[in-house]
Amino acid sequence: MFVINCPYCGERDQSEFSCGGEAHIVRPKQPTELSDDEWAEYLFMKKNIKGVQFERWNHAHGCRKWFNMIRDTSNDKIHAVYKMGEKPPVI
Amino acid sequence: MTKYRINKTRFVDQTKTVSFTFDGKKYHGFEGDTLASALLSNGIHLVGRSFKYHRPRGIMSCGSEEPNAICQINDNTDLTEPNVRATEIELYEGLKASSQNCWPSLNFDIGGINNLISPFIPAGFYYKTFMWPKSFWKKIYEPLIRLSAGLGKSPTQPDPDIYDHKHEHCDVVVIGGGISGIISAKIAAKNNLKTILIEDKNILGGSTIYQNNKNFIIDNQKSNEWLMNEISELEKLDNLIIKTRTSLAAFHSYNYLLAKENISDHLPLDKKNGSIRQRLWKIRADKVIVAAGAIERPLVFNNNDRPGIILANSVKKYLDFYGVSTGLNNIIFTNNDSAYETAVSLFDKGISVKIVDIRKRSSSNIVKNAEDLGIKIYWNSTVVNTFGYKKIKSIEIMNLSEDGSNVTGNKHKIQCDCLSISGGWTPMVHMHTQSGGKLDFREIDQVFVPSEKSGNHINVGSCNGDFELEEIVKNTNNKVKKFLNINEGSFDKISVICSKESEKKNIWLLPNTISESKTKSFIDFQNDSTAKDIKLALREGFKSIEHVKRYTTTGMATDQGKLSNMHALGIIADTAGVKMGTLGTTTFRPPFTPLTFGAIVGRSVGKFFDIVRKTSIHKWHVQNNAKFENVGQWKRPWYYPINNENLHEAVQRESKAARDSAGILDASTLGKIDIQGSDASEFLNRVYTNAWSKLGIGKCRYGLMLNEDGMVYDDGVTTRLGENHYLMTTTTGGAANVLFKLEDYLQTEWPELDVYLTSVTDHYSTASICGPNSKKILKKLFPNKDFSDEAFPHMSYQDAIIDKTECRIMRISFTGELSYEINVESKYGKSLWENCIAAGEEYKITPYGTETMHLLRAEKGFIIVGQDTDGTMTPIDLQMDWIVSKKKYDFIGKRSLYRSDTIREDRKQLVGLLTDDPNEILEEGAQIVSELDKKPVEMIGHVTSSYFSPNLNKSIALAVVKGGKKMNGQKLFVPMENKNINVTVSDFIFLDKENKRINA
Repeated sequence: MFVINCPYCGERDQSEFSCGGEAHIVRPKQPTELSDDEWAEYLFMKKNIKGVQFERWNHAHGCRKWFNMIRDTSNDKIHAVYKMGEKPPVI
Repeated sequence: MTKYRINKTRFVDQTKTVSFTFDGKKYHGFEGDTLASALLSNGIHLVGRSFKYHRPRGIMSCGSEEPNAICQINDNTDLTEPNVRATEIELYEGLKASSQNCWPSLNFDIGGINNLISPFIPAGFYYKTFMWPKSFWKKIYEPLIRLSAGLGKSPTQPDPDIYDHKHEHCDVVVIGGGISGIISAKIAAKNNLKTILIEDKNILGGSTIYQNNKNFIIDNQKSNEWLMNEISELEKLDNLIIKTRTSLAAFHSYNYLLAKENISDHLPLDKKNGSIRQRLWKIRADKVIVAAGAIERPLVFNNNDRPGIILANSVKKYLDFYGVSTGLNNIIFTNNDSAYETAVSLFDKGISVKIVDIRKRSSSNIVKNAEDLGIKIYWNSTVVNTFGYKKIKSIEIMNLSEDGSNVTGNKHKIQCDCLSISGGWTPMVHMHTQSGGKLDFREIDQVFVPSEKSGNHINVGSCNGDFELEEIVKNTNNKVKKFLNINEGSFDKISVICSKESEKKNIWLLPNTISESKTKSFIDFQNDSTAKDIKLALREGFKSIEHVKRYTTTGMATDQGKLSNMHALGIIADTAGVKMGTLGTTTFRPPFTPLTFGAIVGRSVGKFFDIVRKTSIHKWHVQNNAKFENVGQWKRPWYYPINNENLHEAVQRESKAARDSAGILDASTLGKIDIQGSDASEFLNRVYTNAWSKLGIGKCRYGLMLNEDGMVYDDGVTTRLGENHYLMTTTTGGAANVLFKLEDYLQTEWPELDVYLTSVTDHYSTASICGPNSKKILKKLFPNKDFSDEAFPHMSYQDAIIDKTECRIMRISFTGELSYEINVESKYGKSLWENCIAAGEEYKITPYGTETMHLLRAEKGFIIVGQDTDGTMTPIDLQMDWIVSKKKYDFIGKRSLYRSDTIREDRKQLVGLLTDDPNEILEEGAQIVSELDKKPVEMIGHVTSSYFSPNLNKSIALAVVKGGKKMNGQKLFVPMENKNINVTVSDFIFLDKENKRINA
């Protein structure tokens, strides 16, 4: 159970948040132009790595804002938290 | 005083007698006893039978590591509790305990025959034996195995006790109230840090509190007296919370701790009533100091499990803490110095004691002390066998060979009534590893010690591998100061004198003269796994420690291998010829000691288990005999039986009334999302499959929402209230998820859209009136309103006033009938409903529940998302092509609708089914096949909705069938347990395909 520093609310217990999987996957602007394989790549191919991972999180039982987080999945160390649309900080 | 209560101590109040029963017989102990110490004071060692071989077993330890003395508490009531460790439960007046795992009695146990046939039940016996014949499994093997499986009896009644949860935040948590924990807590609290000290026993002090040996001196006092003063000083500190009887259950990452406090378990029965039994503390700490201590290891030799064989330091605790002698003729069998403290203590009380030591000699002060007292020591010797069935009577010892791998010389038999064993100490690294810490292996004394890189916790004292008093005190002081950034501490100038061990020797499996296959050298006492089981597993090819553990069940009992894991590892390493440090350990998982379910759930039982949501009209439903159905967290009226009607009868009556005259449904639970903003129309275009831009203000439209994978996610009617204002409805169960999904897209994919979403589900109550007479009822309710089809057409909405209250009327239909939904602010819901009932009285308006609603919509072929869909259905599969816009460039899920998989023609598609016998009602979920003779029979679909329609006077069903679109008229079969039901594929709209009734 880690503590997450919500960029809007500050430090809160993990139980207030929900994880939305890998971050920085942009929905294609013109899906109809894509082949089945390209669309499948966007739709299904998500990383689940052991180590430093970029993730989407939502403060579901708080401000309900989505934000991004850099987390090491092997030890749950959170390297950075940043707002949607911001570039990920270098770690 | 009993024969074995030979000593008066400050910890047991011998003026206060406490009576208890064990296996139905009455005994006495004193206040301050545990069940174990009270039993021992009465000379009782035999307390249980072992799990597999049913061998007699006695109390072996004095703490949470106890493998044998697990009891059933309150055995004669429905509220019995199994697997309570006698070494941990504090004695209270009226305690009823009994032994487990024996039948018919502890002294004569039929299962003891397993011990005689033990050569035939080796490790993996169950995996190997019950393979054939296959037909024996269900009737013979499984019931047999179930009969012998499990420990103790479960209670049959719900737990009446009260449990509690509490959150706490602090600067420092110290886990463990032994000497290093006390030093740590004092340093922290004296430096203005809010500190919590957690100790699982009822008093602080650990094993030092009864260390009265003159070889252990702190600041010129005996160590126990020094510590006693420290504890009384500690209790005066303001910012220190001391939590005794509190055991740490889990140490999660980010210093999140769970600790269970026993509040009334130790109280007499008449004082327990009404008080909270246990409290689970959820603590978030800035820093954690683990001072969890160490557990003494047993030694592994032939027949090392007889009652009367006890860990040496436990023998000392029973003597110096509880005043109880575990025997009057003791032998100590050891590989280290700490057991000599027990020997000296026994000698001081005038109890006969001899020592068997596997080492060739030891030059420490404590050993010299024992020698000076004239205690007989057998050096370089090992125990090769023990005798005595229900209590140890004697042992045989032999000399060890030069390298310790064999025994030499003659056997020497020695009489005894207690054998104290000590195989050294194992640091309790559970907390450290639970929080994510790693371990290092220390060769010299064969222990795993915490490897501390960085982080917000440290380990001090013997759980850190510091075993000698001087290093415990000094290292703890230095480490804690550094950890908390403190320059000067109260313990900087402390002087410690203690005995120091220089000779160390360890043999994981002690040698013997007889062959290994004929010995029983127990490693895991509770699960009855022996050294030869481990070796068998290795011979059979198991290499990983995790596999050996599961195959032999070593370390998998309720004690979680606290005594056994190290020996299992050691024997694997020795047998495989590898270094122990390279094997790793099994995973230390929480909880450290078993937690009650009560403590885990706390107050969240019964009514507090989950939120119950009720509509504002709920009371009326209750008064009118509604039966309720749970839909998500909502209580929805299911049906309203009259005069003992059953579900079927009530639903037939309600549905007929709704189609023949008028019915009314509480639709308040439907999810409602208020959507505003200049891009609201564009937003709806993107989230629904159909087009929204041209929907006029005041109009309603049905929408279907997909996931990005093209599968149907939710549906509902959305109304355009204004130029930039919509009210979306969702399914009852899907409301929260739909809002979550919409917010996700708005915030992450389309932040440029000017759209605001607000959940308004609870803001409005909805009465839905349907049926041919519904318009007449509406006219009575709203006399000034024009309800003509021209003024108020289907799929439109108007504002209105009822009882001086604003409301919205939507003319929409989920039943296929002429239908109106009236929305008012929730607080007026019940009054609106009662007005509707009153106005509808002359038309016999009939309230109906969810079951009738489902039937009515099925007659009309309307789907229910979640019932007729399951996350694998596209709108095309549902034959709802009409709602998928061809013109829109994009919407969520559009691209997936023409992936190679979604355009397959043999996907499961929605169809209607009619049974050949119109009175036969299919079961929802029943499987559908096309050929009965083909084997294996291919399942081509299943029934999703099925009812008897009173309006059509026949059975109807919706189903999904592979390639169903093209199967109209085809004969299929629904095989049931006793028969095959013949069905015909039909159109899924059974009633009023021309939509005449909506404008009736």
